[in-house]
Amino acid sequence: MLDISGIRQIEFDVLVIGAGGAGLCAAITATKESKKVGLICKSLLGKAHTVMAEGGMAASLGNVDKRDHWKIHFRDTMRGGKMLNVWRMAELHARHAADRVRELEQWGAVFDRTKEGLINQRNFGGHRYPRLAHVGDRTGLEMIRTLQDYGIHKDIDIHMECTALDILKDESGKVAGVVCMYRETGEFIIFKTKSLILATGGGGKAWEITSNSWEYTGDGYAMAYEAGAELMDLEFNQFHPTGMVWPPSVRGILVTEGVRGEGGILRNSEGKRFMFDYIPEKFKNETADTEEEAARWLAGDKDARRPPELLTRDVVARAINAEVKAGRGSKHGGAYLDIATRRSAEDIKKKLPSMYHQFKVLAELDITKESMEVGPTCHYFMGGIRVEADTTMSTVEGLFACGECAAGMHGANRLGGNSLSDLLVFGNLAGTGASNYAKQLGAVPKFNEEDAKKIIRNATSILNREEGGNPYLLHEDLQKNMQNNVGIIRTDSELQEGIQNIENLKEKNKNVKANGSSQFNPGWHEALAMRNLLITSEAVARAAHLRTESRGAHTRDDFRDESEEWYQYNIISKKGEDGNMQVIKERRKDPNPELERIANATLEDLEAEVAEERKS
Amino acid sequence: MGNRKFKIYRGDNTKGELVDYNCDITEGMVVLDAMHRIQADDANDMACRWNCKAGKCGSCSVEINGRPKLACMTRMNEYSPDETIMITPLKAFPIIKDTVTDVSWNYKQNKKIKPFSPVQNKKNTEKGLVMQQVDVERTQHFRKCIECYLCQNVCHVIRDQGAQDKFVGPRFMIRLASLEMHPMDDADRIPAIKEDHGSGMCNITRCCTEVCPEDIQITDDGIIPLKERVVDRYFDPVMILFRKIFKK
Repeated sequence: MLDISGIRQIEFDVLVIGAGGAGLCAAITATKESKKVGLICKSLLGKAHTVMAEGGMAASLGNVDKRDHWKIHFRDTMRGGKMLNVWRMAELHARHAADRVRELEQWGAVFDRTKEGLINQRNFGGHRYPRLAHVGDRTGLEMIRTLQDYGIHKDIDIHMECTALDILKDESGKVAGVVCMYRETGEFIIFKTKSLILATGGGGKAWEITSNSWEYTGDGYAMAYEAGAELMDLEFNQFHPTGMVWPPSVRGILVTEGVRGEGGILRNSEGKRFMFDYIPEKFKNETADTEEEAARWLAGDKDARRPPELLTRDVVARAINAEVKAGRGSKHGGAYLDIATRRSAEDIKKKLPSMYHQFKVLAELDITKESMEVGPTCHYFMGGIRVEADTTMSTVEGLFACGECAAGMHGANRLGGNSLSDLLVFGNLAGTGASNYAKQLGAVPKFNEEDAKKIIRNATSILNREEGGNPYLLHEDLQKNMQNNVGIIRTDSELQEGIQNIENLKEKNKNVKANGSSQFNPGWHEALAMRNLLITSEAVARAAHLRTESRGAHTRDDFRDESEEWYQYNIISKKGEDGNMQVIKERRKDPNPELERIANATLEDLEAEVAEERKS
Repeated sequence: MGNRKFKIYRGDNTKGELVDYNCDITEGMVVLDAMHRIQADDANDMACRWNCKAGKCGSCSVEINGRPKLACMTRMNEYSPDETIMITPLKAFPIIKDTVTDVSWNYKQNKKIKPFSPVQNKKNTEKGLVMQQVDVERTQHFRKCIECYLCQNVCHVIRDQGAQDKFVGPRFMIRLASLEMHPMDDADRIPAIKEDHGSGMCNITRCCTEVCPEDIQITDDGIIPLKERVVDRYFDPVMILFRKIFKK
């Protein structure tokens, strides 16, 4: 019999799962108010997915274009999100991003500078002004290293290469802890905690072509779901328009939007700059319609409108997809991304050094001389755990979520650059929210021991089984299914097939087997992640099936337009009483009228309003 | 590109052996791809670290045919078709399992370093720090480091002499350099660089610079200038006299 008293236990006020930008930021913030703060991460510290972010973090600092203002950042974010964002979250983000970026600089980040010596900002898709604070094309590395080097001097108990398995609650349903496993030894440990912050990132590893690493297995969604929390809008999966497409082994690896921000353009196999053909009605007034105007914009003419390559990611991804389908794709089924004829070799190496290096080594291609081949790659989850905007608490008491694993901030489509600033803003709010909750709670709630035993037994049974399926091959089957049936363009019949396949894979996963011991065993880790990937994939596919419209990153071939009706709804996924997933539409709250006014104002009116505000 | 032969270290710190594997290689594959294929098909429990698969996170450091490398940035076509590829763990650190090593010592070194402390003067404004691009470039160059620890792995002081208690190693010398050369940093780390971090231990063989996947000029731009600063502080007779007179 399994005896819980034989398992090591540590007690915290606030425990954070995930040490990317959001998790580190939440833990650092929590140390201001809480005594015992813990942080666990699946990889080594400093290796989380944030490190791969390239382009920059969006904030209305106004260092490059003084006209910028939080209201305009907010308007851009809402329009990019096709108005499905949680209004208050988009407001908080736009209002606080600049302060958080400046705070990061005080903690040691060394951003590229303007001529005046301030933080430089670059252009990016969907942002009205140059808004992204950046360091070449390695902004994520700068961010995570800064938070890491700052955070290790705060009083945070860090447990590396430690996998969270499931959340523990007390009898009243409050969070009480989490069962974890050290990857190195296979030893189980129970972290008891007053409040728990999930900062576990997304679940892109459910797809075959993805920019995400092995860590992105939807752990946060699945753990929250199993704990009874509500997931929201999981149908919105961002396919980044520019992933590498050749050679096959690097398919999906990200090519930063910064290439287009620095003037890069997209061409089809006929050499045509095709994005001019794909400008949506809503953005016609704000987008250049000739190459001549786009060139003026790049040269710095403030009256010129933005080139169409900098439309939002959903639009560009669909355009590339359409070009390939029409037989005008690049040699290996993508589009050509050309920076070589746009900027000098010296500029390219200076502004995009890691892109230069990445293509040189992995594709044997010199981007200062030739065009890159790019195509859509699964990149980011807009949906996730439903949270309350100001505190970031989920629908389970004591359970918080921030960063990619939380829903709401980005609506139906995220603007590039809004992710890193999201991590800072909501990491900070989560740290504060979880601390405040822990303080009013008093003692650590007592977890249910039977639940803990069950979690451990489920995990060890994968190793103890006499025989069973190979978890790697099961994962490959799931990836093929998501790629083919729940991909960038979706239809009713494919989604139904996708859901059926997931049901079959769930059955197969009950008999998955990991060979070898519990000591640093990737086969076992893979098998443990399968449950999370399957819950995540099911929620995505069911929500995608339910939402019969095309909005932002969710594109239905059988319902090609945005619908007024669906604008009113979020999709909520939750574990039902019978253990099955319930997926329902829920009416959104009415927006704050002032925020609604700002989001719907014309750019001219809003710019005039902001200018007027500055004068007074 | 056909079927290729591999020898991969399987085992832990106490015992282990090189195990033979075969893997079909397609165009563009890197060594890490081959390791993953072998793992999925023949060796489910083979431990290996990786994350980004694009040379940005520094997780997949191993020794390939005896040379320290990132497995994700090492193309299979760098090796001749009949060559057996040998993959072993980093030699300077204790083996946990297979190609995974215990690099926790590095995290302890980082913690000993006095963190960034911004100057409070008129260049620290409400709009942020005021610094010119040209003045931050040296620091930015060091901050490209992805903490792959390949430099730590080849440093003679750490790898051959085992003097982990006397020297922080090249990775943290450049972290120190990035702080010391930050135009808006206020802290003084020179005494610690000499005493605690062991700048004198490095004898400038430049092995670290040679293996750096980010092409950071670790020795010439980082370690040597720090050594010079230590010398200026402690061994320059004019400065010693100056300090005596002005009691600085």
